[in-house]
Amino acid sequence: MRTNLFTLTAAAGALALTLTACGSDDGGGDGGGDGSLAGEGSGDACVIEGEVPVGAAVSLTGAAGSYGESQRNGLELATTHLNEQEGVTYALTVEDDQTDPKQAISLFEGFVGDGTSIIIGPTLSNTAFQAQPIAQEGEVPVLAISNTAEGITEQGDWIFRDSLTEGQVIPQTVAQSVEAFGLENVVVMYSNDDAFTESGYEVMAESLEGEDITVASTLTFSKADTDFRALLTEAKNAEPDAIFVSGLIEAAIPLVTQARELGLDVPIIGGNGFNNPQLMTDAGDAAEGVVVGAAWNSASDNPENAAFLEAYEAEYDKAPDQFAAQAYAAMTIIDHAVREGCDGGREAIKAGLGNITDLPTVLGSISINENRDAEHDAVVQVVEDGSFAVLN
Amino acid sequence: MQQLLNGLFIGAIYALFAIGFTLVFGVLDRLNLAHPAVFAVSAFVGIELVEVAGLSIWLTLPIVFVVGGILGMVIERVAFRPLKDRPDAHFAGLISSIALAGMFIALLQWRYGPDTRRFPADSFPSTTFTVFGAQVTVVQVAILVISVVLMVALTVLVARSRLGRGMRAVAENPTAARVLGINVDRVTMTTFAISSALGAVAGALFAMNVNSAQLTMGTAIELKGLAVIIVGGMGSLPGALVGGLLLGLAEVFAVQYIGSSWRDLVAFGLLFLILLVRPQGLFGARKVREV
Repeated sequence: MRTNLFTLTAAAGALALTLTACGSDDGGGDGGGDGSLAGEGSGDACVIEGEVPVGAAVSLTGAAGSYGESQRNGLELATTHLNEQEGVTYALTVEDDQTDPKQAISLFEGFVGDGTSIIIGPTLSNTAFQAQPIAQEGEVPVLAISNTAEGITEQGDWIFRDSLTEGQVIPQTVAQSVEAFGLENVVVMYSNDDAFTESGYEVMAESLEGEDITVASTLTFSKADTDFRALLTEAKNAEPDAIFVSGLIEAAIPLVTQARELGLDVPIIGGNGFNNPQLMTDAGDAAEGVVVGAAWNSASDNPENAAFLEAYEAEYDKAPDQFAAQAYAAMTIIDHAVREGCDGGREAIKAGLGNITDLPTVLGSISINENRDAEHDAVVQVVEDGSFAVLN
Repeated sequence: MQQLLNGLFIGAIYALFAIGFTLVFGVLDRLNLAHPAVFAVSAFVGIELVEVAGLSIWLTLPIVFVVGGILGMVIERVAFRPLKDRPDAHFAGLISSIALAGMFIALLQWRYGPDTRRFPADSFPSTTFTVFGAQVTVVQVAILVISVVLMVALTVLVARSRLGRGMRAVAENPTAARVLGINVDRVTMTTFAISSALGAVAGALFAMNVNSAQLTMGTAIELKGLAVIIVGGMGSLPGALVGGLLLGLAEVFAVQYIGSSWRDLVAFGLLFLILLVRPQGLFGARKVREV
């Protein structure tokens, strides 16, 4: 099987070379498989004959379905924009991992097998932990666009991400909310059966300790829970100045609604899972005063972001969320990595991703550090009159 | 006080769900595992009625009750009646009802997709009462009242009415009931309809209580329903009521006094303890089976 595929791609590569009558003398050190993806020139002048295949495995259905749809929109919009530029064309394939690690694994196996140059996704961290080893073993670069748990990029040297970790966003969120609300005594709640929310909780607890805040009580729930009244009553009895919650949006909405019903009107400060406009549509007035740290400032006026907001609204008739922005930025980053070596092959993209420094994107100026994690400024938002505003 | 009320509200829903479960078991000696699916279906139907038809949440409840009743008849017709003459009818019915439950959920997924659904944000009255320092919403009061009224009505129905006598006769001995001129098939079907109608109302109330409906919500409550009817005494209606409230309270007080991570362990542990002390359940009579 492997030999067949190899011969086939090599033959296709040879054919492409013959047709274009153009010998490639740079960036061709990838091995035969990706021959047609090596081009000439560099940066804006780079021309690659073949289409660079980009595979995305995101959760279009299931618990994380609302995130995945935004991601698909962001990726498709970015691909359209990139393909309008001269030189390099991307062939984007978006598949649904159904918020199921098993499904993600089989999608990753598919992408590794069909010559895809880079894999984007999957949407959730605990899915990523199970699917990424497939790509690492198959030596295909992965760019995570929404995974915020610690340890995602530690799985191997082929794994990169453009999403800030909880470890980067939460300390800024905690520090800014402590200052803005003058917090002294808080309650922490988190779902303890999900990798993402658990790692979020650990950072939260650490930052609260660093700020010398008293944690009156720590309450756990399951990510499938929908009735939080018993926990919230417990929280209320502690008379906190604020409640910190690490949970997914599915839990966030009933939790916030029920808290307000019980008369808990203190600020609720959420992790990345709360960072979703659905919170305001479904929880309504109850969402007022919820504070969320985010990797993307929707109100930012940098030129990349302004253009993105306009194009997204024109295309999808609604405002983008952070997941769409991170997905869009991923394509910008990949494009930069491809054009740098002017090669759409797996090895070349991997090398290019390692050299991203101060690249302007919709997320702001982004760099990828030696741990293959993205670094850029976070923003702390608060829900006011049904939409996110910057906390100050 | 707040915790006590929290426990009562969730317990009332458990009880209403379990009482439908136990009715079919008590009268017909069959375990209907499509019951949790009815619970989920009705929650989605309720949301659809509010969202698309624009009905008030109170008006959806009688409709959901009827929908549940119809589903109950379908369950009886499809999953139980064709198999009733088999010597292994207990297990065959149990398994075919699981299959039917799978089909209901698949249909739900086809119609609504796998995402969590919610009532529109403004469909609930926002009034809250303060009872002994505890915050209570209109919906929660309604849940408690509706559950209790339905359960009392059912108990009266079984004890007093002609249909109830028919049910008890069938429960005692189907063949003898037939000899006495009771239409056993009709009684059986009515029992299923009532049971599912109660399960359906429980589903809609649950969805209102937490404002979310998921495809898996039936599976989540199935285990609790089974635990409740075993602890209450299989087939005992007051047993299901007390068992349901007990489980709701046990969960809440486990959170308060022991810790939220221990909730399920403590709640189910307590039920297990009751079974060790009273193997027949709280209200179950020890049955002597004639062979």
